[in-house]
Amino acid sequence: MALFFPLAAGIFFASAQTASARCCTLKTGASPNATAIATLYDIILGLGVSVFLIVFGFIAYSVWKFRASKHPVAAQFHGNTRLELSLTAAATMILVVIAAATFIALPTIIDPPNSNANVGSVLSASLTAPVPPNGKEVTICVMGRQYIWRFTYGANCNKTAWQDRLPYSYQEMEAPAGEVVKLVIQSSDVIHSWWIPALGGKVDAVPGFTTYTWFEALHSHELYHGQCAQLCGREHAFMTALVNVVTPAQYEAWLSQQGTAIQSQNDQVAQVRRYLVKQGILTPSGNF
Amino acid sequence: MSTIEYTSRPVPQILVHEVHKPRHSRQWLDWVTTTDHKRIGIMYMVLTFVFFTLGGVEALLMRSQLSVPNNTLVSGLVYNELLTMHGTTMIFLFVVPVMAGFGNYFVPLMIGARDMAFPRLNALSFWLLLLGGIVFYASIFWHPPEAGWWSYPPLSSKLYSPGGGQDAWIFLIHLTGLSSLVGAVNFYVTIVNMRAPGMTWGRVPLFIWSILIYAVLLIIALPVIAAAVTMLLTDRNFGTNWFNPTDHGSPVLWENLFWFFGHPEVYIMILPGFGIISEILPVFARKPIFGYKAIAASTIVIAFLSTLVWAHHLFTAPMPLVVLGFFMLSSFLIGIPTGVKIFNWTATLWRGSLVMTAAMMWAIGFIVLFLIGGITGIFLATFPVDWQLNDTYFVVAHFHYVLVGGAVFTIIAGTYYWYPKMTGRLCNETLGKWSFWVTFIGFNLTFFVQHALGLSGMPRRIYTYQEHMGWSTYNFISSVGAFIMAAGFVMSFYNFARSYKTGKLAGPDPWKANTLEWFTTSPPPVNNFDAVPRIRSVEPMRDIRLEVEAQTGALQKTGGSEQFSRV
Repeated sequence: MALFFPLAAGIFFASAQTASARCCTLKTGASPNATAIATLYDIILGLGVSVFLIVFGFIAYSVWKFRASKHPVAAQFHGNTRLELSLTAAATMILVVIAAATFIALPTIIDPPNSNANVGSVLSASLTAPVPPNGKEVTICVMGRQYIWRFTYGANCNKTAWQDRLPYSYQEMEAPAGEVVKLVIQSSDVIHSWWIPALGGKVDAVPGFTTYTWFEALHSHELYHGQCAQLCGREHAFMTALVNVVTPAQYEAWLSQQGTAIQSQNDQVAQVRRYLVKQGILTPSGNF
Repeated sequence: MSTIEYTSRPVPQILVHEVHKPRHSRQWLDWVTTTDHKRIGIMYMVLTFVFFTLGGVEALLMRSQLSVPNNTLVSGLVYNELLTMHGTTMIFLFVVPVMAGFGNYFVPLMIGARDMAFPRLNALSFWLLLLGGIVFYASIFWHPPEAGWWSYPPLSSKLYSPGGGQDAWIFLIHLTGLSSLVGAVNFYVTIVNMRAPGMTWGRVPLFIWSILIYAVLLIIALPVIAAAVTMLLTDRNFGTNWFNPTDHGSPVLWENLFWFFGHPEVYIMILPGFGIISEILPVFARKPIFGYKAIAASTIVIAFLSTLVWAHHLFTAPMPLVVLGFFMLSSFLIGIPTGVKIFNWTATLWRGSLVMTAAMMWAIGFIVLFLIGGITGIFLATFPVDWQLNDTYFVVAHFHYVLVGGAVFTIIAGTYYWYPKMTGRLCNETLGKWSFWVTFIGFNLTFFVQHALGLSGMPRRIYTYQEHMGWSTYNFISSVGAFIMAAGFVMSFYNFARSYKTGKLAGPDPWKANTLEWFTTSPPPVNNFDAVPRIRSVEPMRDIRLEVEAQTGALQKTGGSEQFSRV
């Protein structure tokens, strides 16, 4: 089977690639999981198109060849058990091939590869979900809410983000190139679905659940577009997301800059609050 | 033609004819109070075609909105209402009940019964359906539902959908669900108990097999959705927390309950269509159906497997990997009996003598479109690929190939095929063929390009999109196609309406068909059969015709369409 897979992949990949890449195939090349899914898709496309052409060919030939004006006497037969069983077996074989291809491709899609570079203090070794063999990965929390995505950067970003003063951003995610980025996906209101097509499949953000996915953006200075894929309300169409892939160094610089900016904003808010409390406009607990 | 002479053994004669003068002044009252399965069947079909038109208009509004980027024809709110109304209407108020309409009219006729087992329950089914439709559509005067036909909480909860439309939707599910459940029990009892003498299970027409399995699936699936929407109702109005994540409820519970109903529902919609095709093809190919037993058996296998595949709608939801693997394999399995059916239909055409009537063209169009829908289903059943394609236009294309190219094409094919029996008149064949080609081309323009939209990353259910996404061209083609397709359907509707008065008289058996409904006059008398013939094969009408020919030495000319002669 290990030999069969590349062979079949080669044949069908070639036929799928001859079709216009813009209409009929999935995005490849940005992240290994997305590329593996696209390869699996190409195999199914090759098989599917072949099956369609064969069956459609038989139907079209029958309609042309056996129309009443050309073929006035119909052959009276009720079936052919041997033919029936062989075609059923053939259909089964096609599905067995697809199932085998899926399980062979699966590790590439769900298990992240090793990533070697260190990206400062945001590295984490999570026990829960996608971990590369050497345990080095970047963790980013994705929180969906009507109608924007919030990204929090750093280990334990879904637990102690506030205490750890982790940097965050909205709508546009910064990500380091060449690193395995683990995404921890949650929702604070209704069901959303996280999806950047170039960086792999979608994962639902379901309130009350935590889901995980990962990507490894291979090229820096790329901007990938995606948007929420589950109806989440009236402005669902505008719940978009961008992933800005930068070099690891730029990523670290951005993190500290974002952290500083957030800190200074927080400081200003605290200052205003102290002033308002002093004036008696606000109670110490923050109520008017 | 006298029916008595050709029955092989005496059967109890119940000759019931009108004993009192028909009350012409109050004909509408006869329709409202009727328990005649044929009248109920016709009311079902007229009502469901009205809902089909409403659902179609909603679809055209959505396609108009999406025809160009940044369109402002409708707002996000109205778009969500439209998509909810469209999905709910087409599923609960069109495809499922129109199959009950066909079943109502033709199950008793095809099995040689004089009515359904429970005629008054049958009337109840119809009126519950009408009530459900009214309750649902009345919400457009207040707040139509906007959480989609799948109504995932928390979006469908009181907090995020405060309007009463969501409750109207729940009420619709209950009323139409009760309607279908009562109807399903009726079909089951009728088919199991009231078949003509000699009609063993191996001689039951394939349409009857499909309606039997349709009924069983309804009985399995509907109680689940009834329970689920009741839970949603109490969540919304009485303070329970079944699906409320902030109080330890689970939205994923709803997803599972909904799709445990929702996937059998897909087969509830398509299996009777399979049955219609299995009736039409042998008649117009002038040869027996290929592999009767395989088709009947595959119907049963599909129904069984359809209760084991629901979670392939949830591949992106929080689920363990082993569950994904199981549901991928079970979904693959269902492809095998479906492939058996397509193979048998193709083999039925093989070496036949194909009479290309309008009904036949719609039927063959169905096979081609359903084949495409079936193949794209394999992509979606492969869960890693589904991670990319789920909730995109690829899925929209897939299930419209299955439900429009599949179910709706069989409905139109069945209407062309049985119209002469129901009205006594033939449809205009030329217009029927034009309608087919216009619809077929429009359909493929609309939905084929949507595969490409999905592959290039366009999610479903968005009410607008930006120009730089590169989706504009395909969307425009799709919208133009939708209007062409609508024009095609309108041609058939016009054909059905006009032929009622102007069509050529059909006679009892215009197609020289195989099944027992063609043994009656067109339209059939109130009691259907004065005498029920003994059934000796799966093609009783053909047996009768051949016997008459053997006894009289005359080729049987039946009705007004001798052009469809049979050798």
